[in-house]
Amino acid sequence: MTETSTAVVHGPKREGVPALEARRLTKHFPLTSLGERGRVVHAVEDVSLALPEKTVTAVVGESGSGKSTLARLLTGLIKPTSGELLLDGSPVGTSARERRAYTSDVHLVLQDPFSSLNAAHSVKYHIERPLKLHTKLRGAELEAKTVELLERVSLHPGTDFAAKFPHELSGGQRQRVAIARGLAVGPRVLLADEPVSMLDVSIRLGVLNLFDELRENENLAILYVTHDIASARYLADTIVVMYAGEVVESGPATQITDSPQHPYTQLLLSAAPDPSRGQAPVLRGKGSPPSLVTPPTGCRFHPRCPFAMPVCEERTPPPLPAGADQVAACWLLAPPTAEAASAG
Amino acid sequence: MSARVTDTDAAPRSPAEAVLDVRGLCVDYGVGRDAVRAVTDVSFTLRRGEVLGLAGESGSGKSTLAYAITRLLRAPGVITGGEVFFHQRSAPGGPVRKVDLLEADARELAGIRWVDLSMVFQSAMHALNPVARIESQLTDVLKRHRPDMAAADRRARAVELLGMVGITADRLRAYPHELSGGMRQRVMIAMALALEPSLVLMDEPTTALDVVTQREILDELMQLRERLGFAVIFITHDLSLLLELADTIAIMYAGRLVELAAATDLAAAPRHPYSLGLLSSFPALHGERVKMTGIPGAPPSLRTMPDGCKFHPRCPHAFERCSAEEPSLLALPGSRTRRTVSCWLHVGDRVPPEALGRPDPGTDAGAGHTQDVAIGGHS
Repeated sequence: MTETSTAVVHGPKREGVPALEARRLTKHFPLTSLGERGRVVHAVEDVSLALPEKTVTAVVGESGSGKSTLARLLTGLIKPTSGELLLDGSPVGTSARERRAYTSDVHLVLQDPFSSLNAAHSVKYHIERPLKLHTKLRGAELEAKTVELLERVSLHPGTDFAAKFPHELSGGQRQRVAIARGLAVGPRVLLADEPVSMLDVSIRLGVLNLFDELRENENLAILYVTHDIASARYLADTIVVMYAGEVVESGPATQITDSPQHPYTQLLLSAAPDPSRGQAPVLRGKGSPPSLVTPPTGCRFHPRCPFAMPVCEERTPPPLPAGADQVAACWLLAPPTAEAASAG
Repeated sequence: MSARVTDTDAAPRSPAEAVLDVRGLCVDYGVGRDAVRAVTDVSFTLRRGEVLGLAGESGSGKSTLAYAITRLLRAPGVITGGEVFFHQRSAPGGPVRKVDLLEADARELAGIRWVDLSMVFQSAMHALNPVARIESQLTDVLKRHRPDMAAADRRARAVELLGMVGITADRLRAYPHELSGGMRQRVMIAMALALEPSLVLMDEPTTALDVVTQREILDELMQLRERLGFAVIFITHDLSLLLELADTIAIMYAGRLVELAAATDLAAAPRHPYSLGLLSSFPALHGERVKMTGIPGAPPSLRTMPDGCKFHPRCPHAFERCSAEEPSLLALPGSRTRRTVSCWLHVGDRVPPEALGRPDPGTDAGAGHTQDVAIGGHS
């Protein structure tokens, strides 16, 4: 596969060193069943991402686009096939001590608060656990910190909530407990994998607004993984659109939704529910995402793309400038000369 | 075959004829002292060819309502009151027979279910038989309800049905696990339409699917409805989707219908504070980014229902009466279209807050206040 020599780093553009940076992350999952050995699932392909503090980066894509795998790569829970992670500009080490330090700086909030909390333990236990493992707080101090954390995620009064068990809480409250647990270790980076998709519609905004407050008040760098592009627009500074393991477009959130340049982003936006739309949208690019075991050559979107050209099948498009801070990996954006050269 | 229905039922929005009449339906889970009421006093009328969107959060009773209407409710669910009239038409243009589905015996139900009233379930993976091929699952329903149909005809019909939802005939021999989620859901829809029912209930048919697939399936569904003229009850928690899809929207909260209105009216001028809250819970895809608040609090548990209006603890406009008395679903006077709401703010001389008193789209009335004066004058 042909690659451009300089990888474009996606994510919000800010001065200084980003809290977390991923350089050219690639993840191939090997297949293990008989007859498929040696083949791999190309889950994430050459993704570079910078998460500066006080920003929210949304990763948007359909199921199988690699967005969750990317979040898990950033946690360090799974090892990338190639590429590296930089925390505050320095590479993340592999020793047990360094790994533990990393887990207290980068925290993951999972999709389903109904299964990510242990039904047999109180809220207090869930919050105290990371505090005991990562800090030296004990006794009254530990309790005070627990209550403070719960109140920071708007669970008032904290003492009452600490004594409750997960089944006594609503979905939104459970997700808040999961976020409070994430905040316990004082992380720099919060990775949220579909944090509101299991919640009731009327309480989703409450949790999204909480992320917004945390970005401001705790200087957090937040990665918001979602399939809902409207909520990404609402919360995020930057939207990164993934398709079949690759980043196809990224840029400032409102810019992406107002003037999408990549055909896939356009397809995604035309399919999203939008009551303000006067008439039924026209979908350009039917079909479904490809197999990641044998991804299409060239641009992975070309079999579905209404604008596909011969070059799309042959070569992977590099990220090309598509607006201020906006890039899209699409040959349509290539200067005419380059296109002519490749055709000739 | 499909043309048969098209000729007579081509006008989907014809106001004349009802296909389903639900009156005061109540459903409990459990019996005796432990019973909780999941659906309380729900009434509505569905006309031929109409798409009714039923929106509500989890636990609002929307699925329970669908299962009660189809008599598919399982223990400990018990229907404790009400009537569900299905207007069965044996032949196009023929006489209409009114059947109370709640009184019908097993034989009568078998003659109505799937023939006149079918259902698309939420999870296709669970609704399709994993060890039977698509072909046998599709022909099974024909074998049962059209016993005199020859095997070759059944197969031809199965091919035709799959073609209707955009699946090629070679998938007939496939097992459900060999199909993608979207294809499985399409098979479910094809199966529901096999006998050309006049009403299809859809319980979150696209919730588990990606947005692009969801849009494709909904487009196909709406085209099929235009062609075949069946009525749809579409259940979902995604109100933004319903606004594009439905003719009429019913909003459920805590087992009750709180507002029933034409989709366009509801979108532009909601009357119930909960409808307004739901509408402002979906961030927009265009325009200025504004901070939204959603609805504070959480839906009540069925065991600990608040007194009075069930929404009052979360309602920003609640006043004394709301916590004391429960409002009932009343028609709004002065409305161009039929719309009903259960909220004390719209009863008596009270002037509703501006956001809840916007004029219906298409009416000439100015601000909400003026309209209310006009209402008072007429009534």
